[in-house]
Amino acid sequence: MISIIDYKAGNLTSVGRALKHLGVPCVITSDPRIIMSSERVIFPGVGAAGKAMEVIKSQGLDKVIHEVIAQKIPFLGICLGAQIILDKSEEDNAACLGIIPGVARKFPDAGIKIPHMGWNDISIERSHPIFKDINPKAQFYFVHSYYPEPGNHENIIATTHYGITFASVIGRGNVIATQFHLEKSGRNGLRILKNFSEWNGEL
Amino acid sequence: MLSKRIIICLDVREGKTTKGVGFKGNIDIGDPVTMAREYYEQGVDELVFYDITASSDKRDIIIDVVENVAKNIFIPFSVGGGIRTLDDMYKVLNAGAEKISVNTAAVLNPGLISEGAKIFGNQCIVLGMDAKRVEKTGNIPSGYEVWINGGRTPMDMDALDWAKKAQDLGAGEICLNSIDADGTNEGYELTLTSLITNAVSIPVIASGGAGNSEHLRDVFVEAGADAALIASMVHYGRYTVSRIKAYLAERNIPVREII
Repeated sequence: MISIIDYKAGNLTSVGRALKHLGVPCVITSDPRIIMSSERVIFPGVGAAGKAMEVIKSQGLDKVIHEVIAQKIPFLGICLGAQIILDKSEEDNAACLGIIPGVARKFPDAGIKIPHMGWNDISIERSHPIFKDINPKAQFYFVHSYYPEPGNHENIIATTHYGITFASVIGRGNVIATQFHLEKSGRNGLRILKNFSEWNGEL
Repeated sequence: MLSKRIIICLDVREGKTTKGVGFKGNIDIGDPVTMAREYYEQGVDELVFYDITASSDKRDIIIDVVENVAKNIFIPFSVGGGIRTLDDMYKVLNAGAEKISVNTAAVLNPGLISEGAKIFGNQCIVLGMDAKRVEKTGNIPSGYEVWINGGRTPMDMDALDWAKKAQDLGAGEICLNSIDADGTNEGYELTLTSLITNAVSIPVIASGGAGNSEHLRDVFVEAGADAALIASMVHYGRYTVSRIKAYLAERNIPVREII
């Protein structure tokens, strides 16, 4: 069973629908006992970092998430979920979870449209079990105005170019996170979700 | 590189995809869920469902359509038509849509954009705008006027000003429909499209007039559109998404390859 952490974010049901389509059992929950006893955890997210962190802290989910990481339960962040696992975000100047060292930064005003919206490439920097059977030319669906900037190069798993080159997949141990929406990226997004549902958290 | 998006629009009336045919009114051309699935398989980048159901007691049918689409396709899609309140927005998003398109209701109540953006996020709110070429006047310095009610009511309001205002209010994207080009199959309104794309920093979807693949090339290359809306080109089987994408890729326009 996969737990999708419920913190009133926008795309919980979409992630749940995608897993259901894949035949992967899942539950949307904020109950620490259910989360801790699940085989895998997905941390989705749409919206603003400040508001999300407020909800996470008020429900004590920050402690639960740290415990999930410590217990080596495979953990997948999606979109905002790839930003608030960093130390902080420039959005709302929010202090975040500090699971991977780094900062979520706003795209520079460099003649590009913001948000970065649409289908873009990823270039895989480090092989990872979630990329099994993924064609290197596959594109994924992005919608975001902030991007993850990990402090350590080894936490950058894939990069994407949009005005600048940024980390579009970050990871560390049993934690993996994609800036793009797996649940809206067609069959390649579904394939990564499927790969995650089979990943034991080891590299 | 970020791909140019091809978006297919399905007009839905009482749960059926429909198409206006001159004076005869509308005819049903298929089941929106089946059609959405077919276009998804062909590799369309996004879909738009536009609810043109006239009677208010049949409005909830669109929610069933959205739920069934969301179970079957895993790309972004938006829903427009008849969305007037935050509650309408919530229902559509909760049923699985990625974005909501507001047009008439936003002109009459611009606060709908800012309130929707605040609650659901800017990326959820698409401003749909119908614009028509007119003589330049004091109220319409750009020479393009905003019309509402499905292009039936002129507002004496400048399209360029409204696009900028909607961006400031928090719209995440603009779907720009040219009333002059709509239904002609003779190409997008390039002057209008480039006027708006150059003036705003949010993505612009060009709509109205697409009849062949070259028209999409023109609106991407010459007018700077981020996405192009098509409908009848594919609804009658004259084109497939893959054929259009192959044409664009040969001309070095970045499009998502179907793999």
